[in-house]
Amino acid sequence: MLEIKNLHVSIEEKKIIKGLDLSINKGEVHALMGPNGSGKSTLSYVLSGKDKYEINDGTIDYNGKNLLELDVDERANEGLFLAFQYPMEIPGVQTSFFLKTAINSKRKYLGQSEMDALEFAKLMKSKAEELNISTEMLKRDLNVNYSGGEKKKQEILQMSMLSPKMAILDETDSGLDIDALRIVSEGVNKLRNSDNSFLVITHYQRLLNYIKPDFVHIIADGKIVKSGDYSLALELEEKGYEEISQTA
Amino acid sequence: MAATEQTIKQVNTLGSSDYKYGFSTEVDEIRPPKGLNEEIIKFISAQKDEPEWMLEWRLNAFKVFNKLPKPQWAKLNIPEIDYQDCYYYSIPKSLKDKPKSLDEIDPEILKTYEKLGIPLKEQKMLSGIAVDAVFDSVSVATTYKKQLSDLGIVFCSISEAVKTHPELVKKYLGSVIPVSDHSFAALNSAVFTDGSFIYIPEGVRCPVELSTYFRINAMNTGQFERTLIIADKDSYVSYLEGCTAPMRDENQLHAANVELVALDNAEIKYSTVQNWYPGDKEGKGGIYNFVTKRGACRGKNSKISWTQVETGSAITWKYPSCILQGDNSKGEFYSVAITNNMQQADTGTKMIHIGKNTSSKIISKGISAGKANNTYRGLVNILSKAKNARNFTQCDSLLIGNQCGAHTVPYIESSNSDSMIEHEATTSKINEDQLFYCQQRGLNSEDAVGLIVNGFCKEVLQHLPMEFAVEAQKLVAISLEGSVG
Ligand SMILES: Nc1ncnc2c1ncn2[C@@H]1O[C@H](COP(=O)(O)OP(=O)(O)OP(=O)(O)O)[C@@H](O)[C@H]1O
Ligand SMILES: [Mg+2]
Repeated sequence: MLEIKNLHVSIEEKKIIKGLDLSINKGEVHALMGPNGSGKSTLSYVLSGKDKYEINDGTIDYNGKNLLELDVDERANEGLFLAFQYPMEIPGVQTSFFLKTAINSKRKYLGQSEMDALEFAKLMKSKAEELNISTEMLKRDLNVNYSGGEKKKQEILQMSMLSPKMAILDETDSGLDIDALRIVSEGVNKLRNSDNSFLVITHYQRLLNYIKPDFVHIIADGKIVKSGDYSLALELEEKGYEEISQTA
Repeated sequence: MAATEQTIKQVNTLGSSDYKYGFSTEVDEIRPPKGLNEEIIKFISAQKDEPEWMLEWRLNAFKVFNKLPKPQWAKLNIPEIDYQDCYYYSIPKSLKDKPKSLDEIDPEILKTYEKLGIPLKEQKMLSGIAVDAVFDSVSVATTYKKQLSDLGIVFCSISEAVKTHPELVKKYLGSVIPVSDHSFAALNSAVFTDGSFIYIPEGVRCPVELSTYFRINAMNTGQFERTLIIADKDSYVSYLEGCTAPMRDENQLHAANVELVALDNAEIKYSTVQNWYPGDKEGKGGIYNFVTKRGACRGKNSKISWTQVETGSAITWKYPSCILQGDNSKGEFYSVAITNNMQQADTGTKMIHIGKNTSSKIISKGISAGKANNTYRGLVNILSKAKNARNFTQCDSLLIGNQCGAHTVPYIESSNSDSMIEHEATTSKINEDQLFYCQQRGLNSEDAVGLIVNGFCKEVLQHLPMEFAVEAQKLVAISLEGSVG
């Protein structure tokens, strides 16, 4: 699915990712943990194609394509989804309208006709219900005056409606209350299948109790310093980054 | 609006061509020589079989025009206009002898409107919308006439109204925009050719949208639109105008005068979707859109609401205004002005508070892209008798790219201490992170800009009649094509 080799990234001359390798296969869930400022969000932006990041070295293969050559929207329409750490507010744009536009952009890219209005309404309603998002919410402007947790749930709604192949969740758990964390995790688990993959960025092992990862990676100063299975998250919870990085 | 819908389809098939209504129609024209003089004015009046009083009114206006100084353009860069190098009248020959029915109209002209998405034939008419179609200097046809006249509503071309309702025309024409107001007002009064006339009788709520579609076709021809709308006591009308012109290298002039009169408890809602040819990327060609629009809230509790979506024209200069004479009267101005490439817009409103408890609201959204300049210029004037007058003004500007400009010039004059005036203004650049977010959801960069700009304009667009709002949104997106990336 995704193969990152020797990735070096800088922004405004500042080196942030310094030789990162990561390989994610179909059907796998990978967790990425690491201290503040270690480059997790940067990696998610580079994967989704945000500009201003300079790729100094390395390659990224996405399903046989050179990911770095694709535009942001092409990557998205090829099934790459980023649940933002800080979702954007779009004033004046109704959430439901945004969802519809996103879905139809993808369909257009895939050469399909627009989704029928009724079909869309049904899909949105059922997905929103699963995530305990009210229809009132969907009538409001996208993310405007949403609470922190509501924004995160909105990201997962978008994800489940677009059903991506490769989803990156950047600290989706931060800001969620206990019930919301469970609901969101269930949403993610429901989407999991043998054809798609997830990269879950988090600071808390708690999320990984719900979304069981196949692999856990620890990033520090722009490099993956340790990889392991779920038990690595438990170890980290106990020892902290400092000690883990040293033993790497 | 069906016209823009059509346009969008057309563009998509045309591919590269940016302006979608750029075609012209081959018709034989009646056109006197170029130049502005008494002879031309007499010619126009004679062509229209006008009564003597109308001709005199025109000739007087021409005298006034010659005495008035040229307007001083504040933020606009306008080349000197040579009034002698312009045609003032052009009508298709086939329309000279007043076609009795649509069957007598040159099929080429009917086709033009069909191409623009404004079918005039009964069986294809737009439902719920009565249309008056103006082609260069003359009204082609007005739909739904019979249904409207059963209610006592008069909806016809101004030329026709001069003959059929002279008492109303005499009473109200020039009563809101005096001939001597400024030089374009005087010029229009002298040479106006066509436009719409609406009278809504006392107590009648007009059941359909009334609409005029202006089309400039002939070369080198100025279009001098004159529209007069009168809403008698306790009446209501919603009116919409749309405009397009062929793509040509030279500039063409559209100088309109629009007067609205609302009597006691009457309400007029006036919406404009202006999409004249804006010129090419280098600023060659395009329409000079110099428009004087003014509404008088003469009666108590009357209301006039202007909504405009200005996306076209090389230069737009217009300030739809309200004179709030009647006690408790209300004026509103909702505006979206988009300038791209080399376009210039200087637009805004004047709210003149005269009566007690009068209130006004101004929401202006200016969007500039390319090398365009966009100015909001507004005046809120509260006279001493206007006890408890209130105004709320909000002007937001959005910049796309680094080479465009936005300017906000609000004037406030208050001679009354108990009035309440609020003004808010913001200027921002289109947010890169918002664009990225939308693109991450699969929208291409143009769709992303269109979506964000439409969101920015929502407060204004939602005041358009429902039938037109969706099409206006598409127009907003189209007019910004090529502004990013
Ligand atoms: N535009 C920028 N200019 C300069 N430095 C930047 C820029 N963007 C990010 N950085 C820096 O890059 C580093 C990595 O940031 P990033 O957001 O990827 O961290 P993170 O691992 O996601 O941290 P957190 O856990 O706090 O979310 C930080 O030191 C940050 O300050
Ligand atoms: Mg981060």
